[in-house]
Amino acid sequence: MTTVNQRITGLLHKPLEPLRAAGRTDAGAWPVIGGLILIAVVFGSLNEHFLSAENLTNLALQMAATGTISLGIIMVILLGEIDLSAGSVSGLCAVVMTILYVHHGWNPLVAVAAALGCAVLVGLLHGWMFTKLRMPSFVVTLAGLIGWQGLMLYLLGRGGTINLPFEGLLAGLSDTWLPLWAGWLVAALIVAGWSAGSLVNRRLRRGADLPVTSGLWLTLRLAGLAGVLAVVVLVLSADRGVPLLLVIFGTLVVCLDLMLRHTVFGRHMYAVGGNAEAARRAGINITRIRVLAFVAGSTLAAFGGILAASRLAAVNQSSGGSDTLLMAIAAAVIGGTSLFGGRGRAYAALLGILVIQSITNGMLLLSVDSSVRYMVTAAVLAIAVAIDSLARRGQPR
Amino acid sequence: MLAASNISKRYGAVQALDGVSLDLPDGEVVALVGDNGAGKSTLVKVLSGVVTADDGVIEQDGRPVRIASPHEAQHLGVSTVHQDLALCENLDVVGNLFLGAERRRWTVLNHIRMERSARDLLSSLDVRIRDIRVPVAMLSGGQRQSVAIARALIGEPRVVILDEPTAALGVEQTAQVLDLIRRLRDRGLAVLVISHNLADVRAVSDRIVVLRLGRNAGEFDTAQSSPEAVVAAITGGTV
Repeated sequence: MTTVNQRITGLLHKPLEPLRAAGRTDAGAWPVIGGLILIAVVFGSLNEHFLSAENLTNLALQMAATGTISLGIIMVILLGEIDLSAGSVSGLCAVVMTILYVHHGWNPLVAVAAALGCAVLVGLLHGWMFTKLRMPSFVVTLAGLIGWQGLMLYLLGRGGTINLPFEGLLAGLSDTWLPLWAGWLVAALIVAGWSAGSLVNRRLRRGADLPVTSGLWLTLRLAGLAGVLAVVVLVLSADRGVPLLLVIFGTLVVCLDLMLRHTVFGRHMYAVGGNAEAARRAGINITRIRVLAFVAGSTLAAFGGILAASRLAAVNQSSGGSDTLLMAIAAAVIGGTSLFGGRGRAYAALLGILVIQSITNGMLLLSVDSSVRYMVTAAVLAIAVAIDSLARRGQPR
Repeated sequence: MLAASNISKRYGAVQALDGVSLDLPDGEVVALVGDNGAGKSTLVKVLSGVVTADDGVIEQDGRPVRIASPHEAQHLGVSTVHQDLALCENLDVVGNLFLGAERRRWTVLNHIRMERSARDLLSSLDVRIRDIRVPVAMLSGGQRQSVAIARALIGEPRVVILDEPTAALGVEQTAQVLDLIRRLRDRGLAVLVISHNLADVRAVSDRIVVLRLGRNAGEFDTAQSSPEAVVAAITGGTV
């Protein structure tokens, strides 16, 4: 009884203490998932269209572009650095792609490759300025934010808008829907791949006499994954089908997550983000890792820009502008990527953009003024960073 | 057996080392003590390849060797645990042990092989960590020091240099780390411990080497020396 009382008094004095419970470096994905459920309940009860198949399909389409840019931001934030140029780079590369495709009649795939090539060069330049000229990443990419937008406006010229032909491959990208069977096939493949991976890993661990996660927990997670995927396919198929855009974004998230967790490069990314000096003394080429992170960030931003152009079927002077960058950074942080570096996973982009886009979408449905929308988004962002900081302070040092 | 003789090193006007000699036989813990500025750190830097000596010879098993870089030191089997440990707090124990030396197939990490070796290594050193898959930030100071020392053993070294291994630790954790140092000796490694704490030095070392003002100021068999004699050698006083 006394311990209960002590806990209650403790909670009154330090209400956030449980968030820093021993044995945790971060609160994991649970706060975000809780937030998503809250958003669904609130907006779903305020407006019956919010949870309709059509609106959720629109939500999926709206997520992909900014979500991809957010993935790129995560690559840089993992090192404890920041990329403010992602929005401008996404706009610039979308414009480059469109000009090559529409004005010069290039094959769309070659135009996309050329645009991504430009992004690689931009990333190399940023990385070089950061590692060799020792400029702070904030300043390097702030210059990029202004400069690449300037170059984009210059390339657009007086017209200011270039339309993508509707029947072309690129505009079709965001207007392609998986038929019902294909949607189920993709979901089944994901579940099968995940369970095969877990089973093989379990067997290998058993073989090496290492502790394995309990079979019950594994089954629960598998059931959870299958359930979520089934709901997604069911809901989206009730409207136009699973959008190809969502499949592309999902594939990027999964591939990036696998790369970060299972390759030497990914391990070194986390190491440099956690303690660059220790990584250097361990013989890791930290300059290479840093440059590659900026290159990956810019390339993913460019890809996001191309997806955005496809969805709009045009590029214009506001491509990659206004709040694209801020939303991408906010998504990464809300999803659980630590701004201090070294902590976070690729799934943060998916979860974070889902939160932000749901709020935006829900508020638009309720025809709330954008002033309120910005304030609510800001509050969510502030809460996410507060959780991150508290979790970090909870670490015994 | 690693032996350094007549090592001299000058930084500008300061003669940091002046003809210092040090033997590190296999299976022996040697403690290097001395007041601040006695040249302990410089000698360690010379042995670990961080700086090169102006003069003097380093021999391994009687053959002269060159240690011009930390990489060459590691190649010769000289492994150093620095005072700040240089661990990545966000990575788990396995990640830290194999940092920069990841076991891999192409570029894919071989998690299972690394975790197996990590568990074997830690249990052979009798290092107890409840869950080696939590981030190192979650571990106590003694456990972190143990992880840093275990990491020094990953490359199968012959000489391990420990810089102030007990400086930041409490009583119980110090005892754990001293036990760990004895186990390194039992494995037949040559161990060099730099320490300010004479009680720890007496508890763990076989031999005490005293430096004073960049010169050898005495060498004691730990079991047969009196604490007063060692202190006198350090301060330059008389017993």
